[in-house]
Amino acid sequence: MSEAAARARWLRRLRRNRNVVTGALIVVLVALAALFAEAISTHDPRRLNPANRLRPPTLEHYLGTDEFGRDVWSLVVHGSQVSLLVGATTMVLTSLGGIAIGLCAGYSRRLDLPLMRVMDGLMAFPAILLAIALMAARGPGVGNVIFALSVVYTPRTAMLIRSTVLGIRELDYVLAARALGRRDLAIALRHILPNCVGPLLVQGSFIFAYAILAEAILGFLGVGVPPYVPSWGNVIASGKNVIREAFWVSLFPGLALTLSGLGLNLLGDGLRDTLDPRLRVP
Amino acid sequence: MTAYLVRRIAALVPVLVVVVTVAFLLIHLIPGDPVSVMLGPDATPAQIHAARQALGLDRPLWEQLLKFYTRILRGDLGQSYFLDRPVTQALLERAEPTLVLTFSALLVAVVIGVPSGIVAAAQPGSLWDRALMLAALLGVCVPGFWLSLNFIYLFAVRLGWLPAAGYASILVDPLAALRYMVLPAVSLGFSQSALIARISRSCMLEVLAQDYIRTARAKGLSPAAVTWMHAFRNALVPVVTVIGITMAILIGGAVVTEIVFNIPGLGRLIISAVLRRDYPVVQGVILVTATAYVLINLVVDMLYVLIDPRIGYE
Repeated sequence: MSEAAARARWLRRLRRNRNVVTGALIVVLVALAALFAEAISTHDPRRLNPANRLRPPTLEHYLGTDEFGRDVWSLVVHGSQVSLLVGATTMVLTSLGGIAIGLCAGYSRRLDLPLMRVMDGLMAFPAILLAIALMAARGPGVGNVIFALSVVYTPRTAMLIRSTVLGIRELDYVLAARALGRRDLAIALRHILPNCVGPLLVQGSFIFAYAILAEAILGFLGVGVPPYVPSWGNVIASGKNVIREAFWVSLFPGLALTLSGLGLNLLGDGLRDTLDPRLRVP
Repeated sequence: MTAYLVRRIAALVPVLVVVVTVAFLLIHLIPGDPVSVMLGPDATPAQIHAARQALGLDRPLWEQLLKFYTRILRGDLGQSYFLDRPVTQALLERAEPTLVLTFSALLVAVVIGVPSGIVAAAQPGSLWDRALMLAALLGVCVPGFWLSLNFIYLFAVRLGWLPAAGYASILVDPLAALRYMVLPAVSLGFSQSALIARISRSCMLEVLAQDYIRTARAKGLSPAAVTWMHAFRNALVPVVTVIGITMAILIGGAVVTEIVFNIPGLGRLIISAVLRRDYPVVQGVILVTATAYVLINLVVDMLYVLIDPRIGYE
């Protein structure tokens, strides 16, 4: 079977997988909300309006207002921007870091042991606590959240790439490439890396989901993006203070968070099923 | 067994070395001058100089690291800047609520998760199976801290069945402790129960497909006897490993749950330390939780060997 035909078959299988289609639709929906946030939000999410605080959902304020009179719908819509920015950037950075570390460890016997011990050590910290500690050192801000979450989640990707590389390294076609005199770097990049793309896509969608959740948790705890930035975690945190009077403030950003997590999890599950049926959780 | 244990403990040393080094490096990740950040804008140059010397920040990095190690090995985690006591003492005072919360949540997760997975696996594709697995998928995606808020709204604010927040020590007043602990434990344990349910189901399906199960059915045993006596014990082995992973997630999740329910545990300790830039306390909490995690996994591996005699000590 030619490469193009194989790809076409895989795309067909993807399109037929209900999880992939549903997950992708949800993710696209959230991405559209982030892209067109200005157009679909009805108010300025940063504008305080104390006279209008804690209004329940109405036609004027679809999802009500919070304790400062900010429009919850506009906050939720703008919050998707921070979530997707943090999620996507963390996914890309952990993939790049994971590829670099995983390839080195899987390919060089000398580097394998020390690199993997460092990864083990980093993974010994409960993820959210390490992120909190890193935020404690770096201070609030979107860039620092991305930095902290990338440090926390890179070891998982590095482990995954390493084990994939170890599985491929001794295969005949790699030995053939070596016998033909190709250099290590060329073999790693041209022959081994393409085989890691599948596992990376699956892992990437789960890391995207973790990162969005972790960003919200950091915001909720008050150690994530600064409080004046509209993010789902920050809005849920402000909703916590007024839960007795105004449940809608925390309810709707939480629903948005759950929906994004659901989309990415479905996408990850579906990609895993279509890429490697052996990994399938029945 | 002893030799295996010794080897396993020896393997922990490099992991703990990395853990301690990460905690050490935290101070050096502070942008700019860590001492002026810690002391705030009002500090005089003399105070800054004194603090820098007290912290040893004027010494070369390797010397600081070495000092840090010897201090940790002596069990000295330093002095809190704000709590006016050694970090170890602060940690000990705050450990009980976190331990109680983590283990209650684990109990909830196992009690909901394992039976759900087994019931779902007993008749794959049935209505029960689909309903349980849909619930499990949602459970994995629902953020625990948000679930806690909804529980507070529903069960404390609207229905008034349970207190919205607070903590009572189980040693002082067990009944009040239980009432305070129900909502935190359920909201923390719920999403882990979803994970455990999914894993239990797939392990169970794998075991149920084996020849000896067919033999057991063929000799006329009831479905319940086959499920519980023959399949369950063998499906348990991978599930125990998952429980080890679950513990790590629960320790992290406990931090967030403590904030929501106002429980005076390690989570509240680290968050207030972060906000006050009390770095020794931050270091202490992450050191202790990471070490706890490593030790829990050691225990889980030991259990693994005890449950399944096929797994050797090699």
